[in-house]
Amino acid sequence: MTTADYDQASLPDLLPLYYRRLFPFSQYHRWLNYGGVTKNYFQNREFSFTLKDDIYVRYQSFSTQNELEKEMQKMNPYKIDIGAVYSHRPNQHNTVKSGSFQALEKELVFDIDMTDYDDVRSCCSGADICPKCWTLMTIAIRILDRALRDDFGFRHCLWVYSGRRGVHCWVCDEAARKLSVAARSAVAEYLSLVKGGDETVRKVVLSDPIHPFITESLTVVENYFSQYALLGQDILGSKEAVDKVLALLPEDVRKKLLQYFQTEKNPEKRWDTIRSMAQDKRMTAKKGHYFEMEIMLQYCYPRLDVNVSKGVNHLLKSPFSVHPKTGRISVPIDLRELDRFDPFEVPTISLICEELDQPKTEEEQDDNMENENKKEAGERRKMRDYKRTSLAKYVKLFDNFLEEMAHSRKGEVLKNSGECNLNP
Amino acid sequence: MQFYSRRKKLIGNSQTEQLYGHCLQFYGQPPIENISLSEFETFAVDRLKLLKTVENLGVSYVKTSELYTKKLDAEFSNLNFPYKIEADDWKPQTGPSEYEKRRKDHISHFILRLAYCQTEDLRRWFIQQEIDLFRYRFNDLPSKNIGQFLQYNNLHYHTISIDEKKKLMDKLVTSSFAVSGSTVDGKDFYKVPFQDALDLVRTRKVYLNGGYVYIPHQDIVTIVLNDFRTRLSKALALTARSLPAVQSDERLQPLLNHLSHAYVGQDYSIQKSIGKISLEQIDPLSAKSYPLCMRQLHRGLRDSHHLRHGGRMQYGLFLKGIGLTLDQALQFWRSEFVKGKVDADKFDKAYAYSIRHMFGKEGKRTDYTPYSCMKVILSNPPSQGDQHGCPFRHSDPELLKQKLQSYKVSPSGISQILELVKGMHYQLACQKYFELTHSIEDSGFSLNHPNQYFMESQKLLGGPGAGVKVEVKREDNPEVAAEITEDLDSFFQDA
Repeated sequence: MTTADYDQASLPDLLPLYYRRLFPFSQYHRWLNYGGVTKNYFQNREFSFTLKDDIYVRYQSFSTQNELEKEMQKMNPYKIDIGAVYSHRPNQHNTVKSGSFQALEKELVFDIDMTDYDDVRSCCSGADICPKCWTLMTIAIRILDRALRDDFGFRHCLWVYSGRRGVHCWVCDEAARKLSVAARSAVAEYLSLVKGGDETVRKVVLSDPIHPFITESLTVVENYFSQYALLGQDILGSKEAVDKVLALLPEDVRKKLLQYFQTEKNPEKRWDTIRSMAQDKRMTAKKGHYFEMEIMLQYCYPRLDVNVSKGVNHLLKSPFSVHPKTGRISVPIDLRELDRFDPFEVPTISLICEELDQPKTEEEQDDNMENENKKEAGERRKMRDYKRTSLAKYVKLFDNFLEEMAHSRKGEVLKNSGECNLNP
Repeated sequence: MQFYSRRKKLIGNSQTEQLYGHCLQFYGQPPIENISLSEFETFAVDRLKLLKTVENLGVSYVKTSELYTKKLDAEFSNLNFPYKIEADDWKPQTGPSEYEKRRKDHISHFILRLAYCQTEDLRRWFIQQEIDLFRYRFNDLPSKNIGQFLQYNNLHYHTISIDEKKKLMDKLVTSSFAVSGSTVDGKDFYKVPFQDALDLVRTRKVYLNGGYVYIPHQDIVTIVLNDFRTRLSKALALTARSLPAVQSDERLQPLLNHLSHAYVGQDYSIQKSIGKISLEQIDPLSAKSYPLCMRQLHRGLRDSHHLRHGGRMQYGLFLKGIGLTLDQALQFWRSEFVKGKVDADKFDKAYAYSIRHMFGKEGKRTDYTPYSCMKVILSNPPSQGDQHGCPFRHSDPELLKQKLQSYKVSPSGISQILELVKGMHYQLACQKYFELTHSIEDSGFSLNHPNQYFMESQKLLGGPGAGVKVEVKREDNPEVAAEITEDLDSFFQDA
């Protein structure tokens, strides 16, 4: 059982425990310090906390990991957001001459929210998610991660479960952190294919030439389309669903299909027909007709909120923060096991607090003896504590991510000093 | 920026050739010589005229079209700026030499930086015009000179090898509409960091891989422009910081202030022929010489004896601009409002104040300027019950058509106007309206202000509102100001 019956009312009791014994402060600080390469990078970072009774405080900043820990243990925030690295310490921004206090750097971030897909998912709506529509997140992660790596050359992308109905991506490369507002906006636009709100029926419009980025994205969608859309969402099953699909097609195609669908009820066969009709049209007509691709993209392609990605000073929910409504921890997602990721298996704060109370296993007692000499008692206990819970594997993931970044930094230093890095 | 205080030795010919070895430059290095005040002033005013032309032409024509280029060519040559690279005539028969033109280009740019670095608006305007100017000149460069220019300016945009081109052939062709197999074979492709080509990335018009975009030679201008914009933006910020030192020089301060006010062009704020229009003339004038927006507002006022705030501002300031005095304005508005639901007392209490405010007689006494077309089109869109705004922008096309029909515009004229509206060329549509209602082929001006419309119309019809001379506000130093304003006055008249 992974939820251990989470109840929002118990947060005031659980949070102190979480921040005292489970939150991975050491890794967290290691992340945001980025190897200490830039002076005051951690000190000038803005955090914002949402406290009990919806009290919201901005411009929090800390000089050391210790100070961060003490403050968080004192305030027990319900939610934690991370903002930008500023020109001065955020908690002193009122003392700075107006106009001089500027947001300088921040990770490039993306926020994919399931509610943005309400017009194309039939299983759930609003804040609800289920295993069927979760595939949309899987597709989004695959497409965006590939693009960020291959097209943009970013190497350090941390994907995090938001805790309820979506995922976030934190692109931590130095080049990404230094991007201007215009650049962030350009990246987000490059990655956007689904455009339009409630009043737009046809949200994806493709024309010649089809950019390699679109081709690559389609390849990913095709891997999931049959299982997810035709079977899971049954988009060519019921009359209502079929009508929605047909609304995206040119008039003449729609008429032919309506007739054809009277006899053919099998969704796979129906889809095959739509596909071949598109291909035929491309052979004969002068203009490109890509309606089968447009349908696939409209139903499956990631929908991101450009505004979240654009602003250098935009605040986004922190990894390892708790989601107050669901109790789930915002954990990193393992891309190697992406298809197996289950948001309903993500540990809640109540679960991991309960796990803390379990008696120690023999294995852990051995570990204790080994680590006895290494670190101070407090840290030792903390290390043991989260390791005893379901949070362990997620902290390990985070560790791996940080290790890769450290490795990259070392590589850069060697490169810049003229030596060659023998270990790729 | 200390070029006016450093001593400079004579420069020999070879050095000058090095300094201005290319007709186009990034303005990286400030000039370091002494110049006279009058040359300072002439250079600055000439460049400002050039930039104003660039702005006006940019509104009326597509920036890369032949007509645009031809008109800008003419202006360049009139003002003695360098524009054709073949003109390697260091010793021409008549007029300034190429070297002198390039020197003027260089120095005038830096002078205008001083005038235009102070506020966000000024910077934005200056950067926009300089970019358009640069684009025009860059496009004019023959391709071998482009490579030379890139090298000269340390732009390390590397071309990719033939092998790499072969490998990427498919990707390159499918990324860009303008690129075919033969383009890839025949032309150079540059590998540029994506941060330097944001416009191409944003619209997915280019192949992107590993953080680099692959750009065909013909598109390198976008990249260079971005670079230019970034450099200029940074430079202006730096200039703003050293400005206090410059402004303390009393010889320069008045001129720099006048120059920066000039960017809005004629703002019709002070009229020498105030009171030339009588109230009885307003009705016929509204039919003959008002632009459509003001005609609509006047009609609305006459019909309902009332206008909402947005309408009162737009129309009220326009009336000020055509020469109504404060007393006339008060009389005009009061007489109309009183016919409606407002009695004279209420008018004096509620509305008179705001009219006096418009004329700078209340509150912080700012003399508000009549709205330009840009302001009318872009800000404060009208809602239900409002009459203000630009009819070409804000009216439903059907309603616009009906209105034009009622004003007896020919059906072919109406469709021309509607075409322009569809293409979002609202000022051109209004210009066409001008041409149709005055029965002429070419209006002969680029419309950017309702009061300009009025003035041009009156000029054509020989009416009382024409020939209005604009006076520039004088600064504290009367002698210098007098010298300077003479030149600036004549400049404004051409606008």
